[in-house]
Amino acid sequence: MEPEMESAAPPDAQRQPLSEGSEWTFELLERYDREIARVAAHYGLDTYPNQIEVITSEQMIDAYSSVGMPVGYHHWSYGKQFLSTQKSYQRGQMGLAYEIVINSSPCIAYLMEENTMTMQALVIAHAAYGHNSFFKGNYLFRTWTDAEGILDYLVFARNFIAECEQRHGEVAVEELLDSCHALMNLGVDRYKRPAKLSMVKEQARQLEREAYLQSQVNDLWRTLPTRQAVGQQARAARFPSEPQENLLYFIEKNAPRLAPWQREIVRIVRKIAQYFYPQRQTQVMNEGWATFWHYTLLNHLYEEGKLTDGFMMEFLQSHTNVVYQPPFNSRFYSGINPYALGFSMFQDLRRICEHPTEEDRRWFPDLAGSDWVKSLDFAMRNFKDESFVAQYLSPKLIRDLKLFALVDDDQEDKLEVTAIHDDAGYRTVRQLLAEHYNLGNREPNIQVYEVDVFGDRSLTLRHFMHDRRPLGESTPEMLRHVARLWGYTVKIESVDQDGESQMTAVSEV
Amino acid sequence: MNRLVDRRLSGKNRSAVNRQRFLRRFKTQIRKAAAEAVSGRKVADLERGEKISIPSKDLSEPIFHHGPGGRRNIVLPGNREFVSGDRIDRPEGGGGGKGGGGSPDGEGMDEFVFELSKEEFMDYFFQDLALPDLVKKQLAAVPEVKRARAGFVSQGNPSSLHVVRSMKQAIGRRMAMAAGPRDALREAEEALEALVTQGLGASAEADELREEIEALKSRIAAVPFIDTWDLRYANRVDQPTPSSQAVMFCLLDVSGSMDEDRKNIAKRFFMLLYLFLTKSYERIDVVFIRHHTVAKEVDEEEFFASRESGGTVVSSALELMKDIILERYPSANWNIYAAQASDGDNWEDDSPRCRELLIQSILPLTQYFAYVEIEAEEPQSLWHEYTRVKAASPRFAMQRILTLEDIYPVFRELFRKKVA
Repeated sequence: MEPEMESAAPPDAQRQPLSEGSEWTFELLERYDREIARVAAHYGLDTYPNQIEVITSEQMIDAYSSVGMPVGYHHWSYGKQFLSTQKSYQRGQMGLAYEIVINSSPCIAYLMEENTMTMQALVIAHAAYGHNSFFKGNYLFRTWTDAEGILDYLVFARNFIAECEQRHGEVAVEELLDSCHALMNLGVDRYKRPAKLSMVKEQARQLEREAYLQSQVNDLWRTLPTRQAVGQQARAARFPSEPQENLLYFIEKNAPRLAPWQREIVRIVRKIAQYFYPQRQTQVMNEGWATFWHYTLLNHLYEEGKLTDGFMMEFLQSHTNVVYQPPFNSRFYSGINPYALGFSMFQDLRRICEHPTEEDRRWFPDLAGSDWVKSLDFAMRNFKDESFVAQYLSPKLIRDLKLFALVDDDQEDKLEVTAIHDDAGYRTVRQLLAEHYNLGNREPNIQVYEVDVFGDRSLTLRHFMHDRRPLGESTPEMLRHVARLWGYTVKIESVDQDGESQMTAVSEV
Repeated sequence: MNRLVDRRLSGKNRSAVNRQRFLRRFKTQIRKAAAEAVSGRKVADLERGEKISIPSKDLSEPIFHHGPGGRRNIVLPGNREFVSGDRIDRPEGGGGGKGGGGSPDGEGMDEFVFELSKEEFMDYFFQDLALPDLVKKQLAAVPEVKRARAGFVSQGNPSSLHVVRSMKQAIGRRMAMAAGPRDALREAEEALEALVTQGLGASAEADELREEIEALKSRIAAVPFIDTWDLRYANRVDQPTPSSQAVMFCLLDVSGSMDEDRKNIAKRFFMLLYLFLTKSYERIDVVFIRHHTVAKEVDEEEFFASRESGGTVVSSALELMKDIILERYPSANWNIYAAQASDGDNWEDDSPRCRELLIQSILPLTQYFAYVEIEAEEPQSLWHEYTRVKAASPRFAMQRILTLEDIYPVFRELFRKKVA
């Protein structure tokens, strides 16, 4: 197929670089974009149309602080984010250079005007072709997000919340949003596919929904005496009949004391949480994919003689910083770098396809020797971090990264090394690392268990413990947030592996 | 299919509202931090923003998360010496020390630090003093500027086009651009003349020269009379309007009875006075005089820092002030303001002397003399004598301050005529 990455650059006579020097102009951006698009098409990258926006560093700070939403409603937490971003940027602790890209159609990528031509080209390749093709191809994004509808929906959300602030006061809205934001991670459907979002339909349905929802809730909490027989039957049944994983959804539909506009805001936060859910599940893959492609695309252009040596030096320096993985005992260690792991895995996949070793043939019989473009495309489309690591982390990469697994058990006085990068350990390390990316393991598993419909209307949540891990110290505060939304007493109980439950905390209203 | 958009000119303060929301939500903490910052500042140092830091736990956004304990599997990179089955000690910092992406140190995360602009800082500063908005605006106002000439620039708007300069520029350019052809023309003309005198006026060579002369002439004529880059515009810059200068005397009683709280109130009062003066004067000198039984001119550090024991002789400070005025601040050139803060304690015999000093030597020289008595239980002899001074001179004002909130009403009372 393609010549190797590392092959030598063409002789000087054939070199016709797109530009010399580090200054960029709009003409140059267009030329680079055209060239990168050509190479991306050559490798079969399928993308949404791109909208590349040149912005100033102030605007970049703005974009950072609205957590990647191009249109956001107002909330103090974004102000806090803004202040801390501004602070660290001014102190020079942080370059803003890398990229922000928005999963929408057209896909919006931001370039900062202060950057050099090299960095602009890097960001175009990384965001506008790498991330963009991931957003369009990966099954989670295809299932859970609607790239065409999101911008409209965000506009609807902002207008609706601004209207609520005018009608009901900023403080009331802010309190509600605080509670919703706190529960954002419990506001996603993990298994059910959501409906498409669209502003026009949202607005049209919103009034309808208000009236309908309120009538439903009223029915649930009807206080008129029912006939004895029916009453008895209802008392026997538990509500909800099965535990519910989506706490915000449950609150939106069933909380007895929320006003219609409050339900709508709960819904907005829930929808946005759902929109970001795939990004939280595919960090390694998404960044790895984008990094792999900026590396591959720019190297391809270099081989064609379109980039200067100076360009490549600057590019490689930046690239190397991004994919650096400090060892666990380093001062700079802060978890496994998703760029490093993702990039190495995609590079390794390509290696397995092109130059498989004996070991690779044993571990990946289907991959070894296959067409790498097709194999990588398949991997990108059909996995999330957890399954991607479980499927594709190779023994060679485990050795390269020197991965090892520990178990930290509070009933033992020492940590125990369970597996290292050797023949006996590969499978364990791979499986444990995959579990690390399972959001269900990282976040406590909390579900709506029961509502005391005929008694004090209290809501009981259940925390299903995993490996005896308890809830953190924020639990009482979190329960106050749930109680604020629910309107009555909220309890949480932890259930251990033997099915024994114990009350963890109660928040009364 | 790809679009490249230049967004640099569209609004950049998208986060301004969110920032305001943040400030509003944490106003109590910010006000506290601002108050602490004030006490660390100099009296005249009100012209800048402030770095505010509040504990980050106050503004955390909680989520449900796991606590320490239970059994956890951790995968780490960069193994060197471990083999499976090794048992190693827990790292420092308890069970939750590592894993789950925990950072090795929590350095710098306890405080949330950000900058307030000057206006915002002043807002918090005034909030404590309960200033009405109008006055705040006056106090925080920027000094006026006037436009002053500052040479010429090559870009500007048509109304400031400077014709003479532009024409001069054009002449120079025309001369430079036509210099080459003109030389050639002269040579050609001389050659032609030579030919004519030799009687070869009708030869082919002469015709050639004539053609060349025509061509050169039209080239010279084609040099534009005036061109865009000849244009010069008069340049104007903002210059602060010079206004007269003022000196502010701060007189503070540092005898044993003045404690930290009282000094703090006095300091706020001095700051407010300073601010009031910055509104009206371009240059302000501040003179600090502290006194107990003897007076001394000191720098600001010492002014607020130290505390002496013993009695109080107020006249010593007034004497010193008089001397300094005569020596350094001739009242023809300077507007002189004075603020005196004391707890009212003075030696009985000294108070009448203070009155005399004020009426006879100091008040005729000063614009205004304000006296505040801080947290005194009972008006004492100095107060009684000063009441007589007040009756004698409109330039003298006195008030009592009991708490921090009193400062502004008292200040307004003192400077009523000036503020109105």
